[in-house]
Amino acid sequence: MSFLQIRDLEKSFGGLRVLKGLNIEIDAGGFLVLVGPSGCGKSTLLNAIAGLETIDGGDILLEGRSLTGLRPSARDMAMVFQSYALYPNMTVARNIAFGMEIRGVPKAERERAVRDVAETLQIGHLLKRRPSQLSGGQRQRVAMGRALVRSPRVFLFDEPLSNLDAKLRVDMRTEIKRLHQRLGATIVYVTHDQVEAMTLATHIAVLRDGALQQFATPVEIYNDPANLFVADFMGSPSMNLIPAVVERDGDGLVISMTRAREDALRLRVPQGLRRLYDGLGGRVGEEVIFGMRPEAIGEAAEAGDGDGGGVVSGECEIELVEPAGSDTYAVTTLGGVEVTARLRAESGVTAASRHVLTFALDRSVYFAPKDGTRLA
Amino acid sequence: MSSSSRAPVVAPNRVLRACLYATLLVFAVYYLLPLYVMVMNSLKTLDEIRQGNMLAPPREWTVKPWGDAWSRAQIGVEATGLRPYFINSVLMVVPAVTISTVLGALNGYVLTKWTFRGANVVFALILLSCFIPFQIVLIPSARVLGFLGISGTTAGLVLIHIAYGIGFTTLFFRNYYASFPTELIRAAQIDGAGFFRIFWSILLPSSGPILAVSAIWQFTNIWNDFLFGASFGDFDSIPMTVALNNLVSSSSGVKEYNVHFAGAILAALPTLLVYVLSGRYFVRGLTAGAVKG
Repeated sequence: MSFLQIRDLEKSFGGLRVLKGLNIEIDAGGFLVLVGPSGCGKSTLLNAIAGLETIDGGDILLEGRSLTGLRPSARDMAMVFQSYALYPNMTVARNIAFGMEIRGVPKAERERAVRDVAETLQIGHLLKRRPSQLSGGQRQRVAMGRALVRSPRVFLFDEPLSNLDAKLRVDMRTEIKRLHQRLGATIVYVTHDQVEAMTLATHIAVLRDGALQQFATPVEIYNDPANLFVADFMGSPSMNLIPAVVERDGDGLVISMTRAREDALRLRVPQGLRRLYDGLGGRVGEEVIFGMRPEAIGEAAEAGDGDGGGVVSGECEIELVEPAGSDTYAVTTLGGVEVTARLRAESGVTAASRHVLTFALDRSVYFAPKDGTRLA
Repeated sequence: MSSSSRAPVVAPNRVLRACLYATLLVFAVYYLLPLYVMVMNSLKTLDEIRQGNMLAPPREWTVKPWGDAWSRAQIGVEATGLRPYFINSVLMVVPAVTISTVLGALNGYVLTKWTFRGANVVFALILLSCFIPFQIVLIPSARVLGFLGISGTTAGLVLIHIAYGIGFTTLFFRNYYASFPTELIRAAQIDGAGFFRIFWSILLPSSGPILAVSAIWQFTNIWNDFLFGASFGDFDSIPMTVALNNLVSSSSGVKEYNVHFAGAILAALPTLLVYVLSGRYFVRGLTAGAVKG
């Protein structure tokens, strides 16, 4: 049985349905990331798990027992807030110990627990300070300390890194990941940053307008998105989503993309890719959205080179080259949209010239332009 | 960078500056003159006042008028001075200010952090009480005090002032707590703190400026109130303001102007002291929330 289970969860504000029958479950020690654009209901869901928000339908179960009606403090969960929510009138030590103080934990035990946590997070020298005397990163650590000291059954994080600068955000992300691995804690983590979601999660739930779009492992979400929204939202740089037409050529299928000032680029789908034949066979002559991750588009010396398996090649006009240190991004236009290819750093591709690009069609995905459903 | 560009962009206009200071000085004198007249004349003998020239400092300094005003002047039937009435005022003001401030803080807390359906309507109704003139409620208040059996007592005056004060204190605290981060309340809830624990441990320690605003406002209004004191005060509950009026307007004997001046200063002194001691919190509290710190 799952450790934390969310069943048909419903929540409305006034007449507005903000959570639409959500079903999510994770095992003990899992790291669930709720991700989506702002207003998708992810924070509401987290607050509902914490007990800070009532629910209008469905249930939330922890170790098989319903949490409905339980006060936040009775749920044995700790939460780290976006604004850190440190009590401004208390020292760092008292901030961390406040929960224990309320539960009547003896002073000596409280002090020991605070010391242990302070050591884990390296904030021992800050214990006597007040929140206003701390930097953003230090406040973040104290907020985590306040959660850690309780050893709760579930940790809840509400966009904990969004107020930090870029460098610190990456450091803290690593630290949270390390903490998760060391403690084996169960974590529910809300973010709108898909990089955080990819790097931290064991499972990702992508939300949009209060509805679950996909619930899967990061690898599945990345390689096998359930619909156009997930494909577009997850991944950086984002997936190339190219308007294309499916054509029949003999007994094979061809993906055809228009180009400015020249003939359409036609990619012949290798016979071995049964997935594409099954999904697209009935769509000949129709328009589809052809999705390719930037790293699925590569570089070949000349046409025909690199073909084989699921890979086909075609010559394209490179408009722009963006060296990014570790990689080089090359931009061309297909089907009226900019298409980015992620090439090796030492790539010889130059702007305003023609190069042969390879397309790993075995990693391509297809969506219906109308409603974004996955076709193949 | 060249040295010429270091000069201030706009040269200070000395004439303008002088005019500004002169104007400010004139207004300062204008406002301080009444206080000066009162202090000077309270330190003169009655004979010297009768000779005229209110603005001149005393030729012969005396503090006897202060002593008279405090403990010997004839007020009503007995020559008790203002002292017993001063005590009446203190006994009325301290509980009235404390209770109305605490209730206002609780109202503000509930109206911002534990909102319920219709909270805004309730707030609007409470706010409405700020705009009801005193005179309208005199008769109903008298009926209520009579019904409760506390008419003519200090407790009765305290009740009236609390009822009138809640509107203002609620307004102060609601607006202050509206900008208080709700995440702090939620964090405390997760830590297991209840309604009053959150109020006491989280909210109140951060309410210094607005507590000062509420206390100063309430203290000044209640201490200076005349109408309720004159209407509902009895021998042992008449506040300072009413006693001062009785002292000044008594028709028997000579008008001891120096004693009247001293008495008036005595009556005004507590509010002045409260403002001087905590005025900087007052300004800070009134502007708090406008700019989030």
